[in-house]
Amino acid sequence: MSAITVENVWVEYGDQIVLENLNLEVASGAFLAIVGPSGCGKSTFLRMVLGQERPTRGRMLIDGEPLPDEPGPDRGVVFQRYSVFPHLTVLGNVLLAYELGRSRVFGRLFGAARREARDKAEALIARVGLSAHRDKHPSALSGGMQQRLAIAQALAKNPKVLLLDEPFGALDPGTRAQMHALIKPLWAKLGMTVVMVTHDLKEAFSLGTRVIAFDKVRHDPQAPGRYGARVTYDLDLTREGPVPVLGAVKPDIGAPWSVRVVAAG
Amino acid sequence: MRRAMNVRPGAGARLLLALLPFALLAAVYVLGSAERRAANPNDKLLPPISEMAATVGRLATEQDRRTGEITMVADTASSLRRLAIGLGCATLIGLTLGVAIGALPVVTAAGGPLVAVISMIPPMAVLPILFIVFGLGELSKVVLIIVGVAPPIVRDVTLAVQAIPSEQLVKAQTLGASSWTAVLRVVLPQITPRLIETVRLQLGPAFLFLIAAEAIASDSGLGYRIFLVRRYLAMDVILPYVAWITLIAFVMDFGLARLARSAFPWAYAEERR
Repeated sequence: MSAITVENVWVEYGDQIVLENLNLEVASGAFLAIVGPSGCGKSTFLRMVLGQERPTRGRMLIDGEPLPDEPGPDRGVVFQRYSVFPHLTVLGNVLLAYELGRSRVFGRLFGAARREARDKAEALIARVGLSAHRDKHPSALSGGMQQRLAIAQALAKNPKVLLLDEPFGALDPGTRAQMHALIKPLWAKLGMTVVMVTHDLKEAFSLGTRVIAFDKVRHDPQAPGRYGARVTYDLDLTREGPVPVLGAVKPDIGAPWSVRVVAAG
Repeated sequence: MRRAMNVRPGAGARLLLALLPFALLAAVYVLGSAERRAANPNDKLLPPISEMAATVGRLATEQDRRTGEITMVADTASSLRRLAIGLGCATLIGLTLGVAIGALPVVTAAGGPLVAVISMIPPMAVLPILFIVFGLGELSKVVLIIVGVAPPIVRDVTLAVQAIPSEQLVKAQTLGASSWTAVLRVVLPQITPRLIETVRLQLGPAFLFLIAAEAIASDSGLGYRIFLVRRYLAMDVILPYVAWITLIAFVMDFGLARLARSAFPWAYAEERR
């Protein structure tokens, strides 16, 4: 339930430019899918929204306020790996989401507060279909179940923004389809803004309301780090939006395709 | 013919293979002892098992005429007390400092190099300083164990904390954790099995420092007894004492390994067996 604004954001590591002059306006409640080749800065962008990294230049806003520069409970995340805590059971993992925020001293709830949190956690676990595995540790779960658990854990905080970093990348196609069937109604019901990074174009188009592609439009063979990635495609997939047009991007990118066509011809 | 690395013994064969070297060593000792006794009835170097058993029986059941205590029990009690206090303090220090250095970048910058340098100080070289500062009593022995054992524990706990994937800490923050609750609920539980493993590995050094301190200045303890009777070439006391110390250390090691596996089964789920 939050709009994300990205204004003139550059990300540089030393003299390597990762993202150049990024301008984005993500509407509240959108399901934004980001695609692009490896190393084009998709995950960097996600980490910036998460607060794990800061832009070198430019600024990022969430609902008009500057984005906090560290991760917080308003932005949930599901990583491809290491998203769940190996030392806790399924129930413990979800329960932890309720306990961490509320108990500042022990990080644990007791008595009535714990019972209440436990009920909520169990409801969430049932929602992602893990009730039968409530008392198992993640090492005893399959990859798909672990990701479902990670989603339940992230949803427990009712985040304004949910960030998915290739969450289904390591899953087999059948499990992936199940995960898609799980995440879409959850998103539709809870109405949060989702930013998903993926390698899978089909996944991006079937889940997203908007798909953007990051890629480097300029290459310097002598200095591969000289130019960063930009938004090369920005497709609105909602029915209300304009008809998606390939290459319908902001004019500040210049016209890289015409350059390429000339070079190819 | 399968490769040697693929040949796995069954349960019975494994037990047999484990016992075989012990049986061989015992046989070598018994034969050697008998050989020497045959040549010289007063030989003290390799006393027969029967003689050692008699000595142990005397030391473990009869009261010492001077102190009124049962020698072996008193020695074991005072050594174990020193070891427990020393190892306990070292573990506590190692856990606290290690987690702080591993989890907080500011403390890493401030304390990391210091710990790296301190852990290179040979503990035995500072033993005279400990004797001068803390006197010849119990304190200097306990401090020697702490000085010797705490730095490796600090370093290992630091490594364990730093090995936790950053995703876990980020995830904890997105669930509303503060630095403190993240340490309490995510870092501490995840490194506890590793802490137990580290303490297991430090049992050997802890005993080394204990016995060294007892050998130099003490009036009781397992190390004290061994170095005392050395003057009389009393191998019938020394050998059982060494075996007893080994047994104590082995039981501790085994107990810690069992504790870690039963209390933290999730940490051993992917262990190769």
